[in-house]
Amino acid sequence: MLNHLPILQVVIPLLAAPACMLLDRARLAWLFATAAGLATFAISCLLLYQVQHSGPISYALGGWEAPWGIEYRIDLLSAYVLLVVSGIGALVLVAANTGVSREIPEAKQPLFYVTYLLCLAGLLGIVATGDIFNVFVFLEISSLATYALIAQGKNRRALWAAYQYLIVGTIGATFILIGIGFLYSLTGTLNMVDLAARLPAIAGSHTAYTAFAFIVVGVCLKLALFPLHLWLPNAYTYAPSIVTAFLAATATKVAVYLLIRLQFSVFGEGFAESALPLDAIFLVLGLVGVFVASLVAIQQPNIKRLFAYSSVAQIGYMIVGMGVGTHTGLQATLLHLFNHALMKGALFLALAAVAYRLGSSDIKAFRGLGRAMPLTMAAIVIGGLSLIGVPLTVGFVSKWYLVLATIQAGLWPVAVLILLGSLLAVVYVWRVVEVAYFQQRPAGLAVVKEAPLALLVPTWLLVIGNLYFGVQAGFTADLAGSAAAALIGGAP
Amino acid sequence: MMSLSPQLAIVLALALPLVGGAGILLSGRRPNLREGVTLVSALALLAVVATLVPQVLAGERPQVTLFELLPGLEIRFVVEPLGMLFATVAAFLWPVNSLYSIGYMRGNNEQHQTRFYFFFAVAIAAAMGIAFAGNLVTLFVFYEVLTLSTYPLVTHKGSEQAMGAGRTYLGILIATSIGLLLPAIIWTWHLTGSGDFTPGGIIGDSLEGPLLVLLLLMFMFGIGKAAIMPVHRWLPAAMVAPTPVSALLHAVAVVKAGVFSVLKIVVYVFGLDTLRGAPGVELLLYAAGFTVVAASVVALRQDNLKRRLAYSTIGQLSYVVLGAAILAPLSVVGAALHVAVHALGKITLFFAAGAIYTASKKTEISQLDGIGWRMPWTMGAFAIGALSMIGVPPAAGFLSKWYITMGAIQAGEWLALGVIVISTLLNAAYFLPILYQAFFKAEQGGGKDHGEAPLPAVVALCFTALLTLVVFLFPGVPFELASHLGAEAQP
Repeated sequence: MLNHLPILQVVIPLLAAPACMLLDRARLAWLFATAAGLATFAISCLLLYQVQHSGPISYALGGWEAPWGIEYRIDLLSAYVLLVVSGIGALVLVAANTGVSREIPEAKQPLFYVTYLLCLAGLLGIVATGDIFNVFVFLEISSLATYALIAQGKNRRALWAAYQYLIVGTIGATFILIGIGFLYSLTGTLNMVDLAARLPAIAGSHTAYTAFAFIVVGVCLKLALFPLHLWLPNAYTYAPSIVTAFLAATATKVAVYLLIRLQFSVFGEGFAESALPLDAIFLVLGLVGVFVASLVAIQQPNIKRLFAYSSVAQIGYMIVGMGVGTHTGLQATLLHLFNHALMKGALFLALAAVAYRLGSSDIKAFRGLGRAMPLTMAAIVIGGLSLIGVPLTVGFVSKWYLVLATIQAGLWPVAVLILLGSLLAVVYVWRVVEVAYFQQRPAGLAVVKEAPLALLVPTWLLVIGNLYFGVQAGFTADLAGSAAAALIGGAP
Repeated sequence: MMSLSPQLAIVLALALPLVGGAGILLSGRRPNLREGVTLVSALALLAVVATLVPQVLAGERPQVTLFELLPGLEIRFVVEPLGMLFATVAAFLWPVNSLYSIGYMRGNNEQHQTRFYFFFAVAIAAAMGIAFAGNLVTLFVFYEVLTLSTYPLVTHKGSEQAMGAGRTYLGILIATSIGLLLPAIIWTWHLTGSGDFTPGGIIGDSLEGPLLVLLLLMFMFGIGKAAIMPVHRWLPAAMVAPTPVSALLHAVAVVKAGVFSVLKIVVYVFGLDTLRGAPGVELLLYAAGFTVVAASVVALRQDNLKRRLAYSTIGQLSYVVLGAAILAPLSVVGAALHVAVHALGKITLFFAAGAIYTASKKTEISQLDGIGWRMPWTMGAFAIGALSMIGVPPAAGFLSKWYITMGAIQAGEWLALGVIVISTLLNAAYFLPILYQAFFKAEQGGGKDHGEAPLPAVVALCFTALLTLVVFLFPGVPFELASHLGAEAQP
């Protein structure tokens, strides 16, 4: 049984999805989906434990040995990302029953869980597999499910947002597929380990560079790197609140994982630099993304949209970490991947609680909420402080490593810009704080109660995660450090 | 009590205010019980901190490591003389201030008093963390906690004006700490592989020339709480807070946390020897000297009493920075002493300003004609506080000024000496007229008929005024701690 964990990780949510369709009642479907989600989370915990104690796991699907068969390969990096995705996925599912009750009609809720589980399975599959074509398959599964999830938003503009993402996502996926095709024609293999062994021999060829370029651009579309981020704000704003919490904490993280995996494990460290100054491109795009997205976030009247733009900015930080190109830089990226999932998960779940009570995430809805929904607002404040990078939160840990990496590499201007960027976060977070705590709720409106426990508990679990991993960062920092060391081959 | 181990005492010093804070929240519906909780935790904190003093004076450096924040980065506390001095001052003035707060907050029917006392307690815990911090990261963590926990106090009134002031407060303090202090700490970490406070400094010769001074200035301006111009604007802005907040936080805990950090970093991170002779290190001296004089000139032109006190605070804070920048052991002693004596004097002045407001609702200096005869105790205490600011015996302010001046002469820093002389004159020019108005001018008609403020407030301010005199006559513990620091600064 334990030998089959790598495949169970993906198969459980994948099979649970159609099973959910058979359960006609919303509540039953929710219970079933949540059970599947928790099982997935348990599996990823076990996988991490196994990898930590006995090294990378290779699983031959159907008993066909790699490189002929499809290999599932779990190393420290994938176990780490699986943990993030399945953890957030399960936690958001726990909150989902209450969270979607006011946004999706009850009759359609079983379908919601079907798409949710499919999306989860796709995301986990991308991370678990060691076969590059399999990556494409799972990418499509998760993307199609994501379009459907977004389209379930109450606002009719959700359809448009989903359509927009569909177009962009398809372009991205096609680019990736073209890249994979080129690689296959060059090497005759789709297995990542095998590819990595064969690529150096043909590293000088134009086809290899072209493949690399297609793949990088395609993945950057999926991870919403500035200026390829235009699909993200609409998608996050108009999707049901619960979906936003799930996507913001997982989907872009998986794309970042994919970029790291392809750049460092498949193509290898030196490959990109021999063709084009990718590090410099990442540094510049990452920083411009931080500033442009933060400045736009400051002006948003809709809080969901505000934090969506903040997500684009935070992705910028992860890309900057990759652009630094050192062990500490990559460690910072991986840490922020984990930490940002905690922050945005907590923030968007809290926004879901506000939307549950007020049916809106417009800034005007937040007036006086500091009194009316103290626990929800406290969660937003702590999540916001974490975004800023205040000590004792996870944001500080990310920022510490990122700035340390830039200083070690002698990139002083980058360090300065990173810190200036976090000051912009103060501005947009404080806009929400001031409205919630200094403005009164207009007289005559219905009294607002604190959010129900079903939403508060998952939100606060994530908030506590923000504080716990901010105070005891040893676990994540060591994990990210070892994963980065395995990728970049340098001593810490 | 004496059997308390020093490690436990450090942990208790951090925990007691927080436990008190929890108690305050729980007893929020019963004001008398709530205020009881505040006073009991304040007194308990004082007792705990007091047990540490003899040990530090005996040369021990008790330490405790709580946990590891990141691999290699510990939250660690070490008690050395300077931290002991700061902790003693804060712990000593918290119960006094609480007594005063009860009179003030009830006298003015302020809203949300539970929230007020709660965040006050958290801020004290943060001040303890800063005082006992054993490395730069621990200092930074509690520095930020102090900023955030005082934000709800500054914006207590919840008005538009309070919100705007809160923006300035948070904006400047967060911007300087994240924009300058944090990179300075990470840079130090990168250079030395450590951030531990060590007598004689840790920088050594890992950095030279202009870069050394750049790092120094990043630290000094990064510590926005020390209010060196131009990062001083938050301090006058914070005056919208209720007076007890201005008194304890903006005369004692917050600003002293700032200059304490300045002094600590100069002595324990750089080391006087490393800095002495570094090209361009005079820049800090110029910045501090400019702030002392400029703040005094601005204070001269303020009619609002609290704003004048705020600018006076900015000037007095830069005395401490000046004492550090002179880079002489004697001036460091004076600077450390100034942390304590300025706290006593300034808290008296703020208490008096708040008492005047509570009794008469007067906030402007021009309204204070003849008030000395209506509120003799308050204005008597105000006079003692003012004398301490100017540095006239028998007020304690004389002591610290004496040592800073001695240090300036010893080091041959004539510019610093000139700054001290000019600023003393300016201090006299903006404090003495208030006393003249209060005691020698006749009251204008039409005012409210009033006497002294509520008793707890008057008791508190007389007590601190009395202490200002006592410390001059018997400098005892503060002086010994300061001279221990002087010895560590020049090993």
